[in-house]
Parts: sequence; C-alpha cells; structure tokens
Amino acid sequence: MLKNAARGRAGLLAMALFVAIAACERKSDGGGRSTGDIVVGLYASLTGDGASFGQSSREGAELAAAEINAAGGLLGGRRITLLVEDDQSKPEEASSAVTKLVTQDLAAAIIGEVASRRTLAAAPVAQRYQVPLITPASTNERVTAVGDYIFRVCFIDPFQGEVLAKFAFNDLKARKVAVLKDIQQDYSVGLADSIVKQFTALGGTVTEPVSYSSGDADFRAVLTKIRAERPDAVFATGYYSEAAIIVRQARELGMTMPILGGDGWVGDPLKNGREALKNTYISNHYSGDNPDPIVQNFVKAYREKFGREPDSIAALAYDAVKVLADAIGRAKTTDGKALRDALAATDVAGVTGHLKMNARRDVDKPAVIQEVTYVNGDVKFVYKTTISPS
Amino acid sequence: MDTVLQQVINGLSLGAIYALIALGYTMVYGVLRLINFAHGDVYMLGAFAGYFLATALDLDRHPSVLGTIVVTMGAMAVCAGVGIVIERFAYRPVRHHSRLASLITAIGVSLLLEYGGQVVFGASPRFFPQMIRSETYTIAGAQVTNQSLLVIAVAVVVMFGLEFVVHRTRIGKAMRATSYNLNVAKLMGINTDRVIAFTFALGSALAAVGGVMVALAIPRIDPLMGLMTGLKAFVAAVLGGIGNIPGAMIGGMLIGLMETGISATAYSTYRDAVAFAVLIVILLVRPSGILGTPVTEKV
Repeated sequence: MLKNAARGRAGLLAMALFVAIAACERKSDGGGRSTGDIVVGLYASLTGDGASFGQSSREGAELAAAEINAAGGLLGGRRITLLVEDDQSKPEEASSAVTKLVTQDLAAAIIGEVASRRTLAAAPVAQRYQVPLITPASTNERVTAVGDYIFRVCFIDPFQGEVLAKFAFNDLKARKVAVLKDIQQDYSVGLADSIVKQFTALGGTVTEPVSYSSGDADFRAVLTKIRAERPDAVFATGYYSEAAIIVRQARELGMTMPILGGDGWVGDPLKNGREALKNTYISNHYSGDNPDPIVQNFVKAYREKFGREPDSIAALAYDAVKVLADAIGRAKTTDGKALRDALAATDVAGVTGHLKMNARRDVDKPAVIQEVTYVNGDVKFVYKTTISPS
Repeated sequence: MDTVLQQVINGLSLGAIYALIALGYTMVYGVLRLINFAHGDVYMLGAFAGYFLATALDLDRHPSVLGTIVVTMGAMAVCAGVGIVIERFAYRPVRHHSRLASLITAIGVSLLLEYGGQVVFGASPRFFPQMIRSETYTIAGAQVTNQSLLVIAVAVVVMFGLEFVVHRTRIGKAMRATSYNLNVAKLMGINTDRVIAFTFALGSALAAVGGVMVALAIPRIDPLMGLMTGLKAFVAAVLGGIGNIPGAMIGGMLIGLMETGISATAYSTYRDAVAFAVLIVILLVRPSGILGTPVTEKV
C-alpha cells in the first residue's frame, strides 16, 4: 500500500515537473516571438472522412494570410506564417496537433477545426495554454462553452435548426418530417435535436429519430424504416460523405420527398449523390452568388489562386484569419490574454456577413437556404432565401 | 407489408456481401485450418484495384457490362497475386509452428494492409465509378436495384462454382486431401505447397469479386473498409459452420438479415454489437455452426 502511494506521488511529481518544463519552454521563447513572424497554427482534416473540409479551410486561411502579408503584414511589418497540421479527421489527432502547434511551434493563435467533434477534442488544449482558438465552422452549441479563449465565426446549431425547420414548415409546407442523425458526430446530434425541437414548436410532427455511425455505407434499412412513416420531408443532419449515399439510396427506395441538410453537406464528395440530389436543400453560411463586393472580391481572388469556386468552409476560414489579424492589430501584441480581449471586441465586415462577437463568443449571423443541384457532374448550390436570427 | 418485404430485400443484398467474403474465409479455413484475418483487407485491395481499373477505363462516363467484367477480372488477378505473396512470405514460414503463430501473423498482415493502404491510397474515402447504369425495379411495392440483384446472383454463382471446384475437380481433390492430412498428402505425391498457394489465390480472387461487387452497389471505399466487413464475414462463416461452403452462404445471409432487422428498430446503433453477440452465442451453443459437423480435435 505504502509503496503504491509513494509511487503515485512520484508519478504526480514527475508529471508536475513535466508540465512546469513545458510551461517554461513556452515562455522562454517569448522574447523572440515579439519580433519575428507571427505563427498561426491551422489544424485541419487534410485526409480522412473530413478531407474536403480540411482542404477548403486550408485554402481559405492561406488566401487570407497571403493578402495580409501582401498588404504589409501586422504590427509594423511582421508577416503571418501559417503552420498546418493534419488531424486525419480523428478527434484524438486533433488534440495532439493543437498541443504541438501550441507548445512546439509557439503559435500565437489557432484556426480550426471545421467539425464540432474535433474542435471539442482540441479546444481544451488551447484553453489550458491560453492561446486563442477560432473555429471557422463548428456550429455545435457546446464548442465555445469550453472556455473564454475559444471563438467562432459561424452561427450555432440551435439557430441553424430553427432556419431549417422554418424553411421546411413554411416554404416546403411539410407537416410530418423524419430526422436521420450521425450518432458519432456532436454536430449532427446537436443539429438533429434542434430541428426536432423547432419543428415541433412550429406545430409539425417528427417521427421517431433514426441514427447511423460515421463511415456507414448502407442506409437502406434505416431509410426503409423512414419510408414506412411517409414523411413530407427528411432531414439528414450528418456530413457530406454519408449524405451523398443517403440521398442515392433514398431515391433508389422510391423516396421522392425533399431531403434537407445543414452546412455539413458542403463538400466535394457530395457530388457522388448525382441526380439523387434533385429536390434537396441545405442551410449555409454564405452564398457565392451574393452580389456584395466583399463577397465577389473574395470569390475572384480565390478562383485566381486555387482555380475553383470557394465553398462556405473556405469563406469562413478566410474570415477567421481576417478576424484574428484585426484583433492582433487592435491588441498591438500577440500575447494570449490581450489577444483574447481584442477578439471578444471583434466588429468587422466579413465575407460571410457582419462579424461581431456576442457574450458567448459566438457570432450572430443570418443563414441562407440553398437548393442543391447536380449539373454536368458537379454540385451547385443555388441561393433560395436568407433567414436572420430573431 | 411492403416495408417488411423491403427490409428482407435490404437484408439479402447486405447478406450477399458478407456471404461473398465469408466464402473465401471458409475455404482457406477448410483447407488449412487457418483463420486468415487478412481476408477482409484483400477484399479492400480488390475494391481499390477495381477502382483504379475502372477509372483508367473511364467507366464512370461510359458504363458498360463488358468493362465491368474486365475490371472484375483485373481485380481478381491482382488479388490472386497478392494472396500468393501473403501466403509465401507470411504464412508459409510459420506453417509448422503453433496455430497461434499463424493467427497472430494473420492479424499482423491485416494491420499491414490496412495502414499500408492508408499510406498508399490516402485515408480519404473514394467513390467507386458507376460501371453499370443504376436501375430500380419494383417488386410488390418493394424496390430493388440491378446492382443489388447482381451481388446476390454473383454470390450464388460463386458458391456453386466453389462447391464444384472443391468436390469435382482434381485440384479440389488435392485440396481436400491436404485439408485431411497435410503430411500424408505430401507422401502421396501431392505438391501441398502448390495446393495451398492455389487455395490462397482462389480465396483472394473471391475477395476481389466481393470488393468490386460491393463497391458497385455501395460506392464508398476506403482503406479500412475491410475491417468491420471482414469481421462480420468471419462471424457469418462461423455461424454457418466454418469450413462449410453452403454454410458460409447461409451465415452471410442470416447476418445481413439480422443487421437489417436491428437497423429497422429504434436500436439501429447496436447493429455491430449484435453480430458479435451472435458469434458469442453460437460459440457457446453450437461451436460447429449451423451446417458444420462436430469434429474431435486431432491430438
């Protein structure tokens, strides 16, 4: 017993020592950090299920950093260096990527992740080391509740769920809907819950929820169950890879009703849904066909740099970096605490709308509804309507 | 009523997938008493071989039945080669060691293929080209696609083909002799190394057929796709009686129906757990499986 207790204490001591050393390491470089490049860490899913998100967020962030550097940098000529870590779409890799960016690369701030589950896994690390983290597109409500160093530049799921529920009820005249959620994703579960709540509040009925797990490829059994209920519309709240297969298998089963999703549908692999994408709708952060000059300038610059149309994830990552640059400019330092306070006071115009942090470090922004179409082997998102937070 | 029928069809088309893979498992076990855990990963390699071939032939834009046959044959050839290499360099060196050694080697090969696959193919899922134009038929209110029908048909054909090879051909006789007693077979002039290599080549080619057929019906492929599917096919093989060819077919279909049945209830997320619960129950109640005959262990 005694031996064990002693060993436990030794272990604790070693751990404390380790943490102390790690903390010193982070501080000791402080002098150098005030003059050289400003390191901004981006962790993203460059491979794995969420690879489309990772690619888009990296490109959006790169474009913003390049523009800031071309315009003379920050704090009297310091350039932004964007360091990118791949988390392979895995939550555990996300948290170790952020640990590396914070402790080894001494990033002044972190941009990422898109998927809520991976942000929830990594945000506590940023919070512990007091390095501000801005997520471009994690819409799950709990994300910014992790701590006061965590920010986001997108709307939250309770609002997204409200937008989708209203659109289905008012515009599509749906009265009975089914909800299909990905039980492994915080984003999907949160969005599904919010849709159920909002749609019921509007006076509609929701059939018994059905779920699947990320990576599943055969949804015929759950879809058949939904079909038997004869809903007017189906919500599929997961991400693009599964959504592509879900719409296809639903149509194969003769289900012709509208299928709706959230911003998680935005990703290149969605195009594998092919003709089945007809009669599907999503809620989104921005629409590339918005005539606003700030949007059009961004679309033009992105197209020139990467040779493709920016999606909403790219636009949000671009905004996240711009918000960070704005905050560094106002804080006049890259010190974590000062940067946090400057971020909390953000009030700038972004590509995805006006960005002003509320008390929960979220942005209150309108959402757009887009119709998804499949033209010549590619997915197009066609603007339908804008819905503002009430 | 049409919902029940639809779920039965869903279950059968899912079950056919497990059956196709279980056939390969069961054959290798039948001859070698080796549980080839890498079988599911050879199935993944088959799907990827098919993916690259189909992309090279641009079948997505020009679907054709002939192209599909070419792709399937190509994937079979690739996997047969892989099977021979695996047997030669991973299993043969430990063949005369304990049963446990080859089991662990098989798990090692499986992990090598999975994570090697992530390095070579990338971790991102890919979508298989649509080699055959999708058609949906309606039977008594239930929908079924031509691709699902094809998977079921191929599974049945493969089962009968395998039965024929094992029970009606010279090489099949040699396989059965090797399975009965390797050393005596060798004394009788059978080149057992060649018979075993052939068994692996055949088993792996079957896995390739499975990979391509599945990718046709469910177009998403990734380097870890063989993991869960392979395990469930293994459960199917044990359920039907491992080593028994029609047993693998029945086991696969039962697992498919069971999974679909679970998905159709409110407990859809327990789907995977049920397959393994079945494995535990069958091992407790009837370890030899549905069609298997109890054997006494050779001492």
